[in-house]
Amino acid sequence: MNMLLIPMALVLAVAMIGSAALALFTSTRITAVLASGLVSLFASVLFLLLAAPDVAMTEAAIGSGLTTFLFVFVLSRIRRESDQ
Amino acid sequence: MSMTSIALATGFALILMGLYGALTHRDVIRMIIGFTIADAGVNIVLVAIGVITGREAPILDTIAPAEAAQRIIDPVPQALVLTAIVIGLGVTALMLAYAYRLFRFRRSLDISEYRDLKW
Amino acid sequence: MNLARNTIVVVLLALLGMAFYTLFAGYVPDESLNISALYYAENTAAETGAQNVVAAIIVTYRGLDTLGEVTVLFLTAAIVGLVLAESRAPKKAAGHGILPPGELLTTGARLLVPMILLFGAYVFINGHLTPGGGFQGGAILASGAILMLLADPGKRFSHGLISRIESISGLAYVVIGVIGAIWAGGFLDNAILPLGTFGSLASAGAIPLIYALIGLKVGAEFSSMLQSFEETEDAA
Repeated sequence: MNMLLIPMALVLAVAMIGSAALALFTSTRITAVLASGLVSLFASVLFLLLAAPDVAMTEAAIGSGLTTFLFVFVLSRIRRESDQ
Repeated sequence: MSMTSIALATGFALILMGLYGALTHRDVIRMIIGFTIADAGVNIVLVAIGVITGREAPILDTIAPAEAAQRIIDPVPQALVLTAIVIGLGVTALMLAYAYRLFRFRRSLDISEYRDLKW
Repeated sequence: MNLARNTIVVVLLALLGMAFYTLFAGYVPDESLNISALYYAENTAAETGAQNVVAAIIVTYRGLDTLGEVTVLFLTAAIVGLVLAESRAPKKAAGHGILPPGELLTTGARLLVPMILLFGAYVFINGHLTPGGGFQGGAILASGAILMLLADPGKRFSHGLISRIESISGLAYVVIGVIGAIWAGGFLDNAILPLGTFGSLASAGAIPLIYALIGLKVGAEFSSMLQSFEETEDAA
């Protein structure tokens, strides 16, 4: 069990830093929003490995769910209005 | 190398990357994204500090209450982070509302075009 | 100018990174629980009857903090509503959601929304036994509200209902706290109801009740926040 956890945490850490870099350096806003949602999603799995199931649930529902939805909503409003 | 150190290093790296994004981008939405990444990093650091290697989550369904003190990890940082995540969404929503308001005001999300308070 | 600013930012972040590095290098993990965590680990089961120690801390031991936090969330929802009030669409202006919903989304939402709401209620009622609780359940309720908004963008669900749910649950939360201060050990003490059998659904005194109230309040606050965003209209 313990043998598998550490490589898994390493993979998660690399994935999170990669998604964060994508969120910072990509050229389109919508990719950045989705990549930052991905950071939260990986973070919630990492919380599960850190023996914090409560925090993992909160991060998955709020951090990666509702936050991403809010961003996408505001972005779509802004895109529609700048097209006019 | 342990779980705690991996999580701590990731959290610190995310804080730095998020702050870098928030400070260097000129687009308001990208700045807010930087803040949410830094937020996730802070939460990871806080949870990682409560971890004790070889122990379990603070839920006493399979652990007898009498031996809880030897088998669970520190529950206090988890309670803290739980509230921090919820407040984080509130802060993000506020920032987005102001960003949208700014956009309505001048049809632009570029922070360098807002020079009213600049001297 | 731009280059100079970026250089300053990088230098500042490098300094911060050095501070983080010393924290990281000098960090020694605890071998055992510290004093407050030890108290919670040893006494939660006997004092509150909750299986989930985190839930016991949030609802009972640090209940006042949670009340403050819910208040902060309420203020945020109110400010979001205020900031966006100027761009609010008139009441009859329908169909300015993201996209017009298809048949699939409308029908699927009709099937899924009750289940999502039920699942949210399940999560916050079982908060004292399993992972989960008021905040997670509230977020799940709010995602049900998102689905409703997406499936029928023209329709408004009533502001009155949301704010009534929100204020009634907030009021009941404070009243339960005051009852605890009168009849039991202190403000928000959960011992006003019998503690019950350890591990059953109807146990842990007032914790399931308070967590359900927190869930309703958080769900109503998130929903009103989302609705404020949804009700904006295009600039003329």
